[in-house]
Amino acid sequence: MTTPTAVPASASWLRDAATLTHRILLHWRQRPFSIALTLLFPVLIVLMFGYLFGGAMAVPDGTYLDYLIPGMLAMTMLFGLESMVLAVTADAAKGVTERIRAMPVSGVAVLTGRGWADLLNALAGLTVMIATGYAVGWRPHDGLPSALAALGLLLWLRFAFTWVGIYLGLLLKTPESAVAVQVLVWPVGFLSSAFVSPGTMPGWMGAIATWNPLSATATAVRELFGNPSWNETTWAAEHSVLLATVWPAVLTAVFLPLAYRRYRLLGR
Amino acid sequence: MAYEEGVPAAEHAGIVAQDLRKQYGERTALDGFTLRVRPGTVCGLLGPNGAGKTTAVRILSTLLRPDGGHAHVAGYDVVRRPRQVRYRIGLVGQHACVDEILTGRQNLQLFGRLGHLTADAARRRAGELLDQFGLADAADRAVAQYSGGMRRRLDLATSLILRPAVLFLDEPTTGLDPAARIDVWSRIRELVGTGTTVLLTTQYLEEADQLADQIAVIDAGRIVAEGTPDELKAKVGPDRVETVTRKPTLDEVFLHLTGKTATRSTETVLEPAR
Ligand SMILES: Nc1ncnc2c1ncn2[C@@H]1O[C@H](COP(=O)(O)OP(=O)(O)OP(=O)(O)O)[C@@H](O)[C@H]1O
Ligand SMILES: [Mg+2]
Repeated sequence: MTTPTAVPASASWLRDAATLTHRILLHWRQRPFSIALTLLFPVLIVLMFGYLFGGAMAVPDGTYLDYLIPGMLAMTMLFGLESMVLAVTADAAKGVTERIRAMPVSGVAVLTGRGWADLLNALAGLTVMIATGYAVGWRPHDGLPSALAALGLLLWLRFAFTWVGIYLGLLLKTPESAVAVQVLVWPVGFLSSAFVSPGTMPGWMGAIATWNPLSATATAVRELFGNPSWNETTWAAEHSVLLATVWPAVLTAVFLPLAYRRYRLLGR
Repeated sequence: MAYEEGVPAAEHAGIVAQDLRKQYGERTALDGFTLRVRPGTVCGLLGPNGAGKTTAVRILSTLLRPDGGHAHVAGYDVVRRPRQVRYRIGLVGQHACVDEILTGRQNLQLFGRLGHLTADAARRRAGELLDQFGLADAADRAVAQYSGGMRRRLDLATSLILRPAVLFLDEPTTGLDPAARIDVWSRIRELVGTGTTVLLTTQYLEEADQLADQIAVIDAGRIVAEGTPDELKAKVGPDRVETVTRKPTLDEVFLHLTGKTATRSTETVLEPAR
């Protein structure tokens, strides 16, 4: 009889999560163009929106680019959700999910591995976007602690989107249906304060945009960076930092358990 | 230590499946599937499309929960101790499932690490398997660039990374050309020489006949006939089994033209059990 060589010295879910994070980092190394495209796409949007529409946008106390960069920082977090859905469905389609499930690795480790890799992806995305901001003349004005708080809120939003993305990916199953998420990212982005003030939108649209979790983070980040905005007077805009803290917590509380349950249900 | 938890019962070594049931909505995929594969032997699970072969393999390899019945693999209950089972099995699914973006070597090391080999052991074992499966030259190329046959070999190699006691092969030669098929067959035979228990599903009697000590015929979710290839042929009776002497098949012509040796000119045809 053969005896397995696998006598695990330390079989911990943290180590498994690290192994699975490493797998995604290897993907980036294997396909540098694909990750570069993901990172540079938001830069393209900044250049297009900033210079194409920027002239027509009158932002009190600043330029449209000063308004746009915080919005794009929030959008970059949202684009991560789209990449996550694509990655999760691709793994399912290629049978990699099944193969990992046939290994002695827990669902917690699988989700954590995805989460860590996504956090690294988010950090790379923020770095690129902030560098772009500096290149086009955007600056934070309220000091380092405040700026760090802004970055914290952005990552906190991405943390929530990680679980939404994993859940949707497991739910949708195929990369073809994941395209729906790619399309839906745009209305979510436009119906927020990322690009323009909700105050300029027709009533019902403005209401959606005001309460959009993305708006909460974009507005809070503007406030913490000391960047200009259209001086919203809604309760949501005045309490944006609170909302940018609460919204991701709510999303995480809902979607983290849902994502875990979906993963466990793959065996049903 | 997670790996040593619980003591496997000797009578549960190999594969023991008892009255497994699985329902997909209205459709019954497994309907009282009972099978025993003694340790160190090869069982060919033979059946037509939709018979329930993949469903059985997925339950036995802990990927799917049965609605009813019990199963033990390599000594452990697949529902209660899936983790223990996973340390001891290898699985080659019906469709190749390796990470296409990674290289062959990265795939092997990844799954070695997920099986809790040390980084060193995973690296060594990956090297061994790449050599053994003739993939050394392609080891550092992305799997997306591999041919179907190379992918299948990598798939098989990956399933052996932990030196499993029990190996599940779900139609391992589907989509392969005859030469690649014979190559996979000889690799499976080598494994059997090392004492691995194998459950192999196939739609071809010839494949089961070539490799298996024991054949189980599955239809509509249950085993309808079981025995050694010879017993089975005898049991089914001459009216069900025709031995045909005939001209070379296209397979053999293909083999001849591509310079590989042809096997034989008689084949056994099993008519569907009614
Ligand atoms: N996920 C699923 N949802 C619904 N029905 C399913 C599912 N998987 C399998 N079935 C059904 O269960 C039955 C058995 O399927 P299974 O895949 O086990 O057959 P198989 O013997 O492997 O067939 P094949 O030779 O085509 O691979 C079939 O009727 C199939 O349609
Ligand atoms: Mg099948």
